[in-house]
This record gives sequence, structure tokens and C-alpha cells, in this order.
Amino acid sequence: MKNSVLAAAFAALSVVSPALAQEKIKLINVVELSGAGATAGTNWKNGIDLAVADINAKGGILGRQIEIIHYDTQTNPGNTRAAVQRAIDEGTYAVLGPVFSGPIGASMQIAQRAEIAQIVGGEAAGLTKQGNPYIFRTSLSQSAAMPKIATYLQNGVKAKTVAVVWVNNDFGKGGRDSILPELEKRGIKVVADVSTEQGQADFAADAIKVKNANADAVFVYLNEEESARFLTAAKQQGINKPMVGETTLLGAKVIQLAGAAAEGVKGHVGLSIDAPVPAFQEFGKKFQQRFNAISDHNGLKGYMAVHMVKWATEKQKKFDKKGLADTLRGARITPKDEPGIMIETKIETNGDIDRESFLAEVVAGKQVIKETLPMINP
Amino acid sequence: MAEFIAYLIAGLATGAIYALAAIGFTLVWQTSQTINFAQGEFVMLPAILILAMVGFLGAPFWLATVLGIALFVLLFGWGFKIVIVDPMIRHGVLPLAIATMALAIIMKEGAKDGFSAEAQNFPSFLPVQTISLGGVSISLQHIAIILVACAAIGGLQWFVTRTKTGRQMQAAAQNPNVALVLGIPVARMVMLTFLINAGLAALASVLISPIYLAKFSNGEVIGLFAFIAAIVGGFNQVRGALAGGLIVGVIDSLAAAYISTSYRLAVPLVLLVIIILVKPEGLFGRKEERRV
Repeated sequence: MKNSVLAAAFAALSVVSPALAQEKIKLINVVELSGAGATAGTNWKNGIDLAVADINAKGGILGRQIEIIHYDTQTNPGNTRAAVQRAIDEGTYAVLGPVFSGPIGASMQIAQRAEIAQIVGGEAAGLTKQGNPYIFRTSLSQSAAMPKIATYLQNGVKAKTVAVVWVNNDFGKGGRDSILPELEKRGIKVVADVSTEQGQADFAADAIKVKNANADAVFVYLNEEESARFLTAAKQQGINKPMVGETTLLGAKVIQLAGAAAEGVKGHVGLSIDAPVPAFQEFGKKFQQRFNAISDHNGLKGYMAVHMVKWATEKQKKFDKKGLADTLRGARITPKDEPGIMIETKIETNGDIDRESFLAEVVAGKQVIKETLPMINP
Repeated sequence: MAEFIAYLIAGLATGAIYALAAIGFTLVWQTSQTINFAQGEFVMLPAILILAMVGFLGAPFWLATVLGIALFVLLFGWGFKIVIVDPMIRHGVLPLAIATMALAIIMKEGAKDGFSAEAQNFPSFLPVQTISLGGVSISLQHIAIILVACAAIGGLQWFVTRTKTGRQMQAAAQNPNVALVLGIPVARMVMLTFLINAGLAALASVLISPIYLAKFSNGEVIGLFAFIAAIVGGFNQVRGALAGGLIVGVIDSLAAAYISTSYRLAVPLVLLVIIILVKPEGLFGRKEERRV
């Protein structure tokens, strides 16, 4: 008798609230919440949280609410591998993250073996050159971004010589290896090639090296905190040559950390809440309202990652882990089909993405978009 | 040559910070015959406390700095001695050394969880402009750091050697039993040493955080370099800590410039090994003998 009352109550509850009748869909985010990648990882996580809240408020995915779990990798490749394995063992529908290219490279084979889509924030060119059909980016790869930067250095900055400052990790090495041939093709000479370390605190010696190279421009390719430290050191040394970067150098966190030292920094950004895309700006407002912080590109990437999952699941009309990856591969997602994707995004078969991007400059402590660049292969 | 001078000044500025932190090692060593493995975190935390005062209390930065430093000196000068050093030292130096290791972890993780895992901007009280002297661009911030740190260390040296209280501190450090017989308030002198250590660490924090940014993990690098500096200079001499800090800072800067950024950390460690093998008491330290 008691059991039948409980069963009746449960059935009644299911009728009243269909969402409760179905199990939640579990998404596990494996990301850098401490260590050198904390800034990028926190933005990515917050973007994901915002997306999950938005999607759940609108009824979830195919009627199922999302349960999001975050695991901190401490920006450590070994921890990342363990966290990805744990996420898969715990039944995640897709692996979200990480953001740093090194930990992605160290962990992506685990998701591949499990035939689960891994949607990441990394930009290193090599990630999508390994024939892994389960890896998907949320940002342009270095192979796509660096030609744009090199062209900007040639035509926008009119630089004949450049000093390249890069971080000695997968992200930095990938960026350096991608930009050097592009600069050479355009006849721009690299007069200083300065390697720095991830997590490095003191950039005085590097700034002095760059200053003495007397290049027409400085290309800075570091992670967020290191970018801010380098800009501060460059200001201390009185470097007054154009500082040009790719996405991270112009990020909101870098501008906040470097303060006046970030003024006048120029470069290419894949995603920006200041871009002339209403959905980006709307996202930026929501992010600020919820987290009392300005989102950088990683926040947008995190938001898009969850909506990539939502779009692909609704497209395949079922929760099939392998099918999710199959659906994403080669897809073209428009804001009309999935408003959460915010900007038309083409996913290449190797997991790279293509979309419009922007040239920007830091003016009065804000990133100002100067030009919109088209998709590479529209 | 101009380039070399620029590296030298940058190294001296960083070295001055290491020296401030290294003095903490020497002070704790002299009073407790142990190593404070949380010394790096002692330099990391004041900046976090100051930013927390700004964030949570809405205090203006100068007031937050005063309050933050006062709170830090209270907690990690007075509190450190009362809560950790006094109960542990009775059981020998090893439990105390291990307790400071635990404290380092607690301070680091506490700053991460209680404040932020991300680096934070820390405003500078010092000028950030550069001046050009004989073709060398010199950062005024670096010059100011060197001057402030050297003034603080010089002031400490003067206090310790030229004032009655300072001499009592020395006596209490050298032989507490005899000092007690002579009527020196040893407990008060030891407490004063810990308060000075906390104050110097807070000063180092305020000087370095505008450059390194305020972050929970800053203590790792600063603590390691300060430890090396203290050994290189001499663990039992304030002037040794100053010299050690400056030497390590300059070597680090020159290593980054002329060898490789990747290997810069190894160079001071090589120096450390050489000092341990050739002059274990440090460049300016004095030999100590213990009865066992």
C-alpha cells in the first residue's frame, strides 16, 4: 500500500514536471581553475555555467536538464589526463575543456579511445593535426589566426622587423612555429626570438632584450598573466614600439592586470564581447551581471562549447555520445539554428573551426574593435 | 655595456626583494634555530590581504595597505610565534620546520580558495616611468625598490647594532640563557624579531606585487630564491642576507639574459651547491658550533 502511494506520487510529480521525470544529462568540464591557466580556465568555466543556466531555464536539451561538474586540473597535464578519465568513467556525455593546449594534447587520446567528443579551448595548431576525430575547438587555430596577424603586421603596422616573445609551452611553441613562416613569406625579419616560461614572474630581462632588438613591432604570444607581466616590464623599460598579439594579449583580464601598460596594444581577436555582434555584447552583459567580471574570449568559448553540444544533440534527436561527435564534424551552425552559438561557426572535419574574427586595439583601458575579418573558407 | 647595466639594475631590484625575504630566514634561524619554510608565502599573503581589504571592505588602497600590513604583522608575526613557534619549539626544531611547511600550504591554498586563484592587479606606490642615463634606460620603479629595500635593511642593521633594544635582540639570539641572567627580556626580544620579520615580508610584498601581480602561488619562487640567498649570504647574518639576495637577483637576471630563460632557475641552484661545498657558512656568515 505504502509503495503504491509512493509510485502514484512519483507519477503525479512526473506529470507536473516532465523535466524531473528524466535523468539529467551529465557534462563534465575538465579545466584549469588554479595554476598558470587559472585566468583562462575560470573564464571558460563561467561561460559554461552561464550556458548551462540559460539552457536549463529554457527546458534543457531534448527536455533533459544539464548537470554540470567542474574538475580542476591545476594546469597540470597529468592531472588533466586523470580528470578526463574520471569524467568518462563517471558517464559524461561529452568532455568540456581544458583550455591550455599542453594539457589538451596530453589528454585528448583518452576521449578519443572512449569515442566521446572533447570540446576544448586550445589554439595550438598541432592539436587538430593528429587525426583525432573526437577533438573540437571553440576558437580559431593558430594556423588560421597567424596569417591574419602577419598580414596585419605587414599592412597595418608596416613593420619590416619584429621581435617575437613567446611562452615555452605547447600553445606558445605552436604560435611561434606558425607565425615565423608567415612573417618570412611577407618579408618581415625576426630580429629577436625571445622564449619565456609558463608561470614566469619576472620579465625584466626579456623586456630589455626586446628593447635592445629595436624592432619595428613586438609580437607577444603569452598566456594571460604572463602577457600582463610582460607588458608591465616593457613599460618599465620604456619600450614604445607597437605591441601586437593574438587574442590573449588583448583579453579583458590582461587589460585589467596590466592597466596602463596595456594601452595601445593591438592585434587579432577571435572572439570578443566588444565585437560588433549583438549576441556577444548581450553575453558580455549577462556575464558581468552574474560574475561581476568582464568575460574574455574564454568565457565566450565556454558558452559556445555547451551550445555546440546542445545543437548537435537536438540535430541528432537523441543522446548518443559517438553520434554527438559525428554530428559536430563538418557542421555549420548558425545563430538562426542555435542562438547560443552567437556567430556563424563552421566546424571542419578535423575539429578546427572557421568564423569571422576581428582586429582590435586597447584604447582607454578597453578593447576597441577596429575591423571585422571574414571567414577563411566561407 | 648599456645592456649589461640594464640587466644589472633589474637584477638588483629583484635581488633586493629576495634580500628582504631572506632576512626573514636569518631572523627566524637566529631566534629559533629553524627554517621557516613559509617565508615565501609570508611575502605572497600581505598583498592578498590588502586587496581583500579593498574588495570586501571597500577601503581606499592606502588605508587597505596600512590595515592589511597591520593585520598581517599581527597574524603572522605575533600569531605565528604564539600559535606555531612556541608550542612546537619545545619538541625540537624538526617539528617546527615541518609545521612551517604545513603553514605554507595552508597560506597558499587559503589565499587561493578564500580570495582568488587568478592573478590580481596590485597598484604601485612607486613611479613607473623610465629615465635615460648615459644611453641606459633605467626603470624608476626598480631604482625605488632597491632604495626602499636597502633603506629598510640598513635601518634594521642600524637598529640591531646601534640601539639598546637591538643589542638585546642580538644577545637573546646568541645565547638566550645568558641573556636572561643579564636581565634581558628574551621572550619580548624574540617576539620583536618575529614582528620585524612579518613587517619586512609585508614590505617585500608591497614592492614586488605590482610587478609579479598578486597571486597565491607567488611564494613558491620568492621563497626558493630567498632561501638560496640566505644560504649564499650566510644564514646567521642580516648583511649576508642582503648580499645574498642581491647576488642571486643579479645572477638570475644575467642568466635569463645571456644563458636561457628556461635554465635561469638552475643557475642560482648551481651557485648554491658551490657555496655549500666551498663555504658552507655563506659568503658573509660566521661559523657556528653546536654541542651535541
